[in-house]
Amino acid sequence: MLKILKYSIYDLLRSRWSYVYFFFYLILGFVLFFLNNNLDKAITTIMNIIVILTPLIGTIFGVMYYYNSKEFTELLLAQPIKRSTIFMGQYLGISLSLTLSLVLGLGIPFALYGLFRSAAIFDFSLLLLVGFFLNFIFVALAFNIAITVDNKIKGFGYAILMWLFFAVIYDGIFMITQNIYNEYPIDKFSLAATMINPIDLSRILIMLKLNLSALLGYTGAIFKQFFGSNLGFFISMAVLILWIVLPVLRMRVKLKKKDF
Amino acid sequence: MIQIEKLHKKFGKLTVLDGLDLTIQKGGIFAILGPNGSGKTTLIKCLLGMVVPDKGNIILDGKPILKQWKYRNDLNYLPQIANFPVNLSVKELIAMVKNLRPKASNEQELIDLFGLNPFMKKKLGNLSGGTKQKVNLVLTFMFDSDLIILDEPTTGLDPIALIYLKELIAKEKAKGKTILITTHIMSLVDQMADEIVFLLDGKIYFKGSVSALKTQTEQDSLEHAIAHLISKQYA
Repeated sequence: MLKILKYSIYDLLRSRWSYVYFFFYLILGFVLFFLNNNLDKAITTIMNIIVILTPLIGTIFGVMYYYNSKEFTELLLAQPIKRSTIFMGQYLGISLSLTLSLVLGLGIPFALYGLFRSAAIFDFSLLLLVGFFLNFIFVALAFNIAITVDNKIKGFGYAILMWLFFAVIYDGIFMITQNIYNEYPIDKFSLAATMINPIDLSRILIMLKLNLSALLGYTGAIFKQFFGSNLGFFISMAVLILWIVLPVLRMRVKLKKKDF
Repeated sequence: MIQIEKLHKKFGKLTVLDGLDLTIQKGGIFAILGPNGSGKTTLIKCLLGMVVPDKGNIILDGKPILKQWKYRNDLNYLPQIANFPVNLSVKELIAMVKNLRPKASNEQELIDLFGLNPFMKKKLGNLSGGTKQKVNLVLTFMFDSDLIILDEPTTGLDPIALIYLKELIAKEKAKGKTILITTHIMSLVDQMADEIVFLLDGKIYFKGSVSALKTQTEQDSLEHAIAHLISKQYA
């Protein structure tokens, strides 16, 4: 698998998009730190960008890579390599290279700004950890869509819809239910609903760590109580890991029966 | 030896292979023929494990190969359309395939034969169709395997390359290899094939030598004999 991983990363490093993505974060980091000069504000802005943008980029890269590397995949399928090895190698390759762009792109300006000597290092690490999870989750989801749908255009459409659902529509539905049932105690429900969506979960996780829970009102207090505890944190991490494991498992099952 | 037993494959509602039985002895050139969409490529892809059959069994040298992958180390495959990762150069591609298959290879000989030396550093995305096909041939023939599967090997080749290809195939045959070829070029079949396997409606419609086919269909040229077989589908 390491060989496939190596070639996937190599292939991605050769395509312009990894660099575009890397430079985007690099420029963003520099602009936020050196023009803004307020570390907390910068981290909040970066949080908003990571929580929305990494899933989008992961989704788009995931489907794009799958469809574009069809030839490469077919070449590999005729070689003495296990099917699951090929796709796991590609999956890890793309997820890792996206995470690398993120970590380096934001890490370099942070390091230059003197972050390693500041207390914000923990907040920043949490941001990168969440970015890592979101990359791996959304690339896995994108691969699932691409494996299921052979038509490129349709696959792209579904992938974007999937992102839109998690990033925007889910919140909309959430708000509506909150509004309709606001006379009932539905904090537990809200908590569960937030846990289910990886984007929401990441956002809440960061907000609470950054002590922005005041923005969340009464529900926020309950959230803080839950996520602030060790148990809450571990459950959140477990849910995020589950969001990687389940799509990857489905991918492997689907692949066993797929024709190329 | 390849034994294919009761192979079924459907793509949606379309039945492509319908209980196909086929035994191919070791050694010799076998031409797999049939009209468009008769299941030639599907059959080959089943053999390669790229298409998963609904039912049936494939046994290669006494071992069932469905859901296996190690057997592919003893098998060389030339895909129908030479599609390669566009970002790689010819040299990198060859190195990569060699790296993935821990087996002795003689690529330099083939590179010289097909005159690919000037293209080694070029990106695959910038090559012409014929040149890509030559790269494809190098990748297929550079390993020493007992089974060679060629899906439309002549596509896009110039006449000289075609002559070299025929020589290559003949050379491999002389080594006692089993070679499966699908093609629509009847002259190639006439010149080279020891046996013809004719597919129609997902089954083997005819299997035998070129002369047996000619006798059976009462035609003197292979082209007409095949046309005679195909015409039954149109009737």
